[in-house]
Amino acid sequence: MILARVVGSVVATRKDPRLEGKKLLVIKPVSPEGKDEAGYLVAVDTVSAGFRETVLAVSGSSARMAEGCKDRPVDTVIVAIVDEVSMDAGSKQR
Amino acid sequence: MYLGRVVGRVWSTVKNPGLEGKRLLVVQPLTPELEDTGKPLVVTDSTGAGSGEIVYWVRGREASFAFLPEEVPSDTSIVAIVDEIHVNRKKRADR
Repeated sequence: MILARVVGSVVATRKDPRLEGKKLLVIKPVSPEGKDEAGYLVAVDTVSAGFRETVLAVSGSSARMAEGCKDRPVDTVIVAIVDEVSMDAGSKQR
Repeated sequence: MYLGRVVGRVWSTVKNPGLEGKRLLVVQPLTPELEDTGKPLVVTDSTGAGSGEIVYWVRGREASFAFLPEEVPSDTSIVAIVDEIHVNRKKRADR
């Protein structure tokens, strides 16, 4: 699963009917320490995430297993809003 | 399936109903020699693995099969805690 930060939203009027009513957000992957990583993704939001929140996204065909996304043409879905990531002492920080 | 070490935890209150009650851990992928390789990632845990433990995890749709018959939206899941790994180092060096 991808740890990411919400950096924007996507508005689309013409879209697949099965995407209607789905909120689309632009997310940027981050490391567990919160540092930005390369690339951006557009993800369907199922948890009402807001701007700058750290979220957890699931990608691939597992994304369709999220509630509200069954049989919809999606491959990246935000499934959780992250409160905290705690790394064990002694683990290498990157 | 891949080897990894549990290096952290993730807490989340607001989540998709399918993820409720599921433990979220941070795993650092490892080589068979137990050296770090690649970036750490967030996984769901079906085994009760603890911090510092060597585990193996699966990627893709199969990750959610660990929780069947529940349908958990997860693409990376810990499926076993590793007891021992035997690697024939000599043979590997020959390659």
